[in-house]
Amino acid sequence: MTQARLELVCPAGTPAALRTAIDAGADTVYCGFADETNARNFPGLNFSRAEMAEGIAYADARGAKVLVAINTFPRAGAEALWHGAVADAYAAGAHAVILADLGLLAHTAERHPGRRIHLSVQAAAANADAINFYAAAFGVKRVVLPRVLSVQEIAAINREISVETEVFIFGGLCVMAEGRCALSSYATGRSPNMHGVCSPASHVAYSEEGADLVSRLGGFTIHRVPKAVAAPYPTLCKGHFTAGDYAGHVFEDPVSLDAAALIPQLAKAGVRALKIEGRQRSRAYVAEVVRTFRQAVEAEAAGLAIPASDLRRLTEGQQSTAGAYRKTWR
Amino acid sequence: MELNVGPLLFNWPADAWSDFYARVADEAPVDRVILGELVCSKRLPFYADRIPQAIERLERGGKQVVLTSLALVTLPRERRAAAALLAPDGIEVEINDLTLMRWVEPGRRFSIGPLVNVYNESTLRYLAGQGARAICLPPELPFASVEILGKAAGAAGIGLEIWAFGRVPLAISARCYHARIHGLTKDSCQFVCDRDPDGLDVKTLDAQSFLTVNGVQTLSHNCTNLAGDLPRLAEAGVTALRLSPHSGDFVGVTRVFRAAAEGRITAPEAEARLSCLIPPMPLSRGFLFGDRGAA
Repeated sequence: MTQARLELVCPAGTPAALRTAIDAGADTVYCGFADETNARNFPGLNFSRAEMAEGIAYADARGAKVLVAINTFPRAGAEALWHGAVADAYAAGAHAVILADLGLLAHTAERHPGRRIHLSVQAAAANADAINFYAAAFGVKRVVLPRVLSVQEIAAINREISVETEVFIFGGLCVMAEGRCALSSYATGRSPNMHGVCSPASHVAYSEEGADLVSRLGGFTIHRVPKAVAAPYPTLCKGHFTAGDYAGHVFEDPVSLDAAALIPQLAKAGVRALKIEGRQRSRAYVAEVVRTFRQAVEAEAAGLAIPASDLRRLTEGQQSTAGAYRKTWR
Repeated sequence: MELNVGPLLFNWPADAWSDFYARVADEAPVDRVILGELVCSKRLPFYADRIPQAIERLERGGKQVVLTSLALVTLPRERRAAAALLAPDGIEVEINDLTLMRWVEPGRRFSIGPLVNVYNESTLRYLAGQGARAICLPPELPFASVEILGKAAGAAGIGLEIWAFGRVPLAISARCYHARIHGLTKDSCQFVCDRDPDGLDVKTLDAQSFLTVNGVQTLSHNCTNLAGDLPRLAEAGVTALRLSPHSGDFVGVTRVFRAAAEGRITAPEAEARLSCLIPPMPLSRGFLFGDRGAA
């Protein structure tokens, strides 16, 4: 049986990546302004106001849509920066803004009535009641589901809500409930919620100690590997630690999410859109991943098997997981 | 300055749970006690039948009692329990997952706990407008934000509480780390989190204590102590302090904070006394006044 085609939502950290993603088959691209209003506030990434307008024009001309992520939690005393980002995104012609903060949702619903709002994964709306609250209170039209749910749970949620759901299908994997994690803040003072960064490069140090290569974050050792081995980036929750008699990856191995094999189940579960993580990744990465998932989505829509892919080499540590989509992960 | 005892975060045996609340009821100089299960719904059946008795004793001891919601609501039974908490005739509920906003009826008494993201004035005003009596701010916030939110809370006529004592909740997950560390999964966890009354130390490969695992929750290794900062906090508009339970002499901890609130004890004295009352863990003011939580 053929089903409605899933929407493919792809990352763009730069205007060039936006064009690459659309050319490779993205239905929709998400991006952010070059400041702390979005959760990938990395040096050299993101869009000026003029670049955003140009990017949206490029998408419009090709029948694609642009979503603007304004998904950090506005700083007390500085909310005008976030309010301006919402107004500018809509003025530039964005299809929707992606928001997480209650206050910013309330502001946007009041000041921009009728404009489309998506709920960011950073809001961690993990059940139908939470989603129905956001829909009723702020008119949210789509929810990006947190990576804590199994496919069965996603199906159950979709039976109880009337808004669209979007799920992560590939890329970086948060093992903590998104938008509710202060691990990076604890180690470095810089956090996803407040600054749009996690385990920032500014606080990373590598050092050779004897036969080891050690990577530290904020002075805390995250990995210690033999010099000959490529040291993984010291993302805090993927670190190697000890706890009692246990030594290893206490929270999660250095792996990425790859749920391509679950696309048919996710479609049956009523999911509307698949999201690829990675606004910080290169154009080449975006092109290859988007092209691969375009084929997968077309195969799914035609009722064919999902083609095997060779994306594993692009994932963190060349390892992948289906995460919480399979219940045994917990 | 009000003193509030936060919900017990750890999996203690039911008898220890009852003894703890009996002692707080009878001896702790605190205004409010928030109890119930915040971290893992699988723990609740072990002591659920003792909650009514604890509430009665706490109220007899002159404490206001508040029931907490779970931090992360996903399962159907967790959703039902969340809705039931907000039954119209019930006692005050502390919301720690915004799921519960779905069930708040006009006039229902509730407050907002530290695991809800309240980072700015608009969010504070929105929740006050929905009827929140008070808000306990996320522990991650720096003092500059607390000062601004103190003014906003005053203008909105609600209480403002901050995390003043205890290991800091840093993250919540669908995955159970206690289970993972013991080679188990969440569904077959054997409740191994009961072996660590203050959580399980996570150390770096250089043997530096770093974090604390508590089932699905991750906490700081260090223990917040703001006993020396109370005049400054009061001036910023903070109306209540959250004291989070630990093993050792927790009633003694509440007495230190009462003495500090009444100006009867200096900051160094408070710190020296607290260190004797709790298991060994460094005291910290990092999130509020340092450059990071671990400071």
